[in-house]
Parts: sequence; C-alpha cells; structure tokens
Amino acid sequence: MGLGGLLSAVWQVELVRMVVLAAVVFTFLAVGGALFLVLAERKISAWIQARVGPKHVGPHGLLQTVADTLKLLYKENIVPHRADRVLFSIAPILVAVAALLDWVVIPFAPGWVVRDLNVGILYFAAVSSLTVIGILTGGWASNNKYSLLGGLRSAAQMVSYELPLAFSLLLVATLTGTLSTVRIVEAQPYPAYLYPSVAVAAVVFLVAATAEANRIPFDLPEAEAELVAGYFSEYTPMRFALFQLGEYGSLLASSALFTTLFLGGWKGPFPLPWLGPVGNGLVWFLLKTYAVVFFLMWVRWTYPRFRIDQLLGLSWKVLLPVSMMNLLVAGWLVVVVR
Amino acid sequence: MNAEALAFCALAAMVLVGGALVVYSRNLVHAAVSLVPTLLGVAGLYVLLHAEFVAAIQILIYVGAITVLILFVILLTEGATGLRVRQRNEQVPLALGVCGALVALLWVVLLRVPWGPAAGPLPPYNPGAVGRSFLMPYVLAFEVTSLVILASLVGAIVIARREE
Repeated sequence: MGLGGLLSAVWQVELVRMVVLAAVVFTFLAVGGALFLVLAERKISAWIQARVGPKHVGPHGLLQTVADTLKLLYKENIVPHRADRVLFSIAPILVAVAALLDWVVIPFAPGWVVRDLNVGILYFAAVSSLTVIGILTGGWASNNKYSLLGGLRSAAQMVSYELPLAFSLLLVATLTGTLSTVRIVEAQPYPAYLYPSVAVAAVVFLVAATAEANRIPFDLPEAEAELVAGYFSEYTPMRFALFQLGEYGSLLASSALFTTLFLGGWKGPFPLPWLGPVGNGLVWFLLKTYAVVFFLMWVRWTYPRFRIDQLLGLSWKVLLPVSMMNLLVAGWLVVVVR
Repeated sequence: MNAEALAFCALAAMVLVGGALVVYSRNLVHAAVSLVPTLLGVAGLYVLLHAEFVAAIQILIYVGAITVLILFVILLTEGATGLRVRQRNEQVPLALGVCGALVALLWVVLLRVPWGPAAGPLPPYNPGAVGRSFLMPYVLAFEVTSLVILASLVGAIVIARREE
C-alpha cells in the first residue's frame, strides 16, 4: 500500500491508528533503544575494559538507566545566555522525531510493519537525513564555538556518508527489484553468485551507518578531548536525553535496516517451536538486530578515533569508488546470469 | 470538507507559513531552518497526489541535502546571521508591481483555461513506472542529467585526491 492509501481508508480510523502506532514505536524506542542500549553500552564497555560497570541500582545494575532518566527529569532546564531560544528547543525534538520516523518501514515480523511503503528504503534514507538538520541547528543555537564546530563536523560527515549508504541501498534494490522493505525480506536469501556483491555492500553499509550514527571510530562531532562534547555541550537534562534518544534510536534503526537488507529480516535458520510465524519472526528479527548492535558497540570500544580528514577521505576515496564498481558488477551479474 | 481537503489545507498552511518565515526572518539561520517545514509540506502535497516516489526524493534532496548545504554555508560565513544586513531596498514598489502583474496573469490564465473532466483512474505511479519512463520515452534527458551528476561526483573525488 502506498502513502496515498492513508486517504482511501476511513481517515478518522487512520488518525487513531497513526497516534497509537506512534506511541507504541516511541515507547519501544525509549525503552528498547535509549534505556536498554545505554545500559548495554555501559555493561559491554565495562566487560571489554575488564571493569564491572553499573552494579548497585537494581539486580546487577539493571535499573541504572531508569534511575538516570528519573534524575534527568528532575533537573533544571538551562538555556545558555544569548542562545537562540526557539532553535535551541526545536533541535533535540527534531533529532528524536527523525529517529522515530525511521521505524515506519521496518518490518518486525510477517505483517508487523507500521506501513509497507512502495518506496520503503528510499523513505528511510530520506527521513534519516533529517537528523543532521537538528544537529546543525542545535550546534549553532547553543552560542558556543565547540558546539558549532561539532555541528559543522557532523554535517560534513553525514553528507559524505549518505552517498555510500545510498549506493548500498541501490544495490539491494537492483538485486531484489523492489524498494519495499517487506518485499526485500521476502526476496532473500540472495542467490549464491551474488554473495560477493552483497557482502561488499553490507560492509559499506555498516561503515557508513556507523558514521551516520556518529559513533567511534567516527564520533568526531562529539570528540570529548577536542570539542568538550560537541553539538550537545550546552544541553541540560531532558533535551540532552532527547539527543541521546535520537542517537540510540537511529543506531537501533540502522541495525534493524541492516538486518532487513542483508540478514534476511524476520526469517530464521530454523523455526522455533510453539511461537507461530509472528513470534518466530519477532524473535529472529530482534536477535539479529541486537547482534548487529552488539557488533557496533564492540567496534566502538575497540578502535580509536579517526582524524576528520581520514574520515572524509575514507568515504570519498575508498567507499564511494568501491560501491560504484560493486553496483556495476552486480548490475552486470543480474542482467547476464538471469 | 473531506479528509483530502483537510489534509491539503493543513499542508498548504504549513508551506505558506514556512515560506513567509523564510522571506521575513531577519536572521538567516532562522530563514534556512524555516525551509524545512516548507519543503516537507510540499512533499506532503506530493503524497496527496499519490506521487510517493517524488515525495521521498523531495525530502531526500531538498530537506536532507540542499537545506543542509545552505545551513553549512551560512554557518561557515563570517557574520553568519545577517542581522545587520538591510532587508529592504528602494526597489520595493517595483517588486510589488511585478508581483502584482504576475498574480494577475496567473489569475487570468487559471480562469480562461478550459479544465477537462477528471481523467479516469490514475496511471500506475510507482518507482518501477518512473524508472521505465526514464529509460524509455525520456531516456535522452535522463542520460544527459546523469552524466552531469556523474561528472560532478568524479570531480569531487579528483579534487579530494589532489590534496595529497
């Protein structure tokens, strides 16, 4: 069904459905994304660095991020002197909403997708590019040179890495002949002669997605040592939390999209007993997605940070030519072998 | 009023308010950020016309790339906000006259054109149909455009490599 289907159905029902689904997705993001992933990040980083990590709040520190969030809610909101009030308050909301919009096209299980758009992955690329506007305006509105530099770095980085990301999406679209995320999952597994192309596209996608999510080794926009904390230096409690929600939400969304495009989405290697098709799909999908998230965290706590010129060079001089060649080869394969 | 008209009015209001903010903001950054609701509203209008592909491209290119580029340039320029720049000059009456003439012209054209009845069911408007029309009837225009874009892509890589 296309976006236009919104109007052919009874619109009051659609409106209610829209609000309910937005609430459900946002709750999933806030709980599964921000709360759980921050805890997972702290636990995994502690494990990699041979520490214990959060331990005291709840069993094994499980409630640590809940306590942190409550603390953030209680603290005072501060707007810096001579900051741009309007843009300063809009920016974090924009980032969080962009992360929320990503989830519209992610299929969790057979039939479990907010809306199966016929331009699915294109939509994903489009709304995830909204994040950078939030980061840029947040950095500027803070009236702080470090924030501004962080925002500018982020814009340069995200614009550079959108291209290789788009090429990976294009490759998948070429192989499956569709842009709809549901149909892409249904078209998998890919035939064996396409494995090399798909593998290259998957690696490019993973690198570009890490860069888009501003994570180490690509976390220059918020490099603590040089920029204090980058674009959100000046942000206090709940607005800072919204930035975090956006960051972890888009991390989770990128992992989910990686699962959808390259790991077979909801399809599992073998059916689990008693769960039914939807339960099976949900379990396999979440397992794969969180495995990708774990991989990204593992990378974050293992590698040091790049310099900005190395970072942009990697995108323009390595990833872009490689993915263009890859697209050419894959297109040839699809036309000739089929 | 049905749902479609309601949605159209909301989107049109979004476009108009955003556009007015773009024009009247004294602060350049505010003007650039106000482009976001304007362009998103236009994308919404495309969705109303069942042109999802164009809507997605509109968001990707105009909101995600061009607005970011404009913001980037403004923030890198000294005296970025443009608060000290005068917004109006002595050509206001002239501009008003030209705009009035344009409105009058459009109005006359809109009233004179014999609008035919609604033309049956919509043609299939999905990415596949768009792709086919690019590669069949409009192939020359499409190839020339893609050559331009490819040249700029290659140019970017060459410029980046020259620094070594």
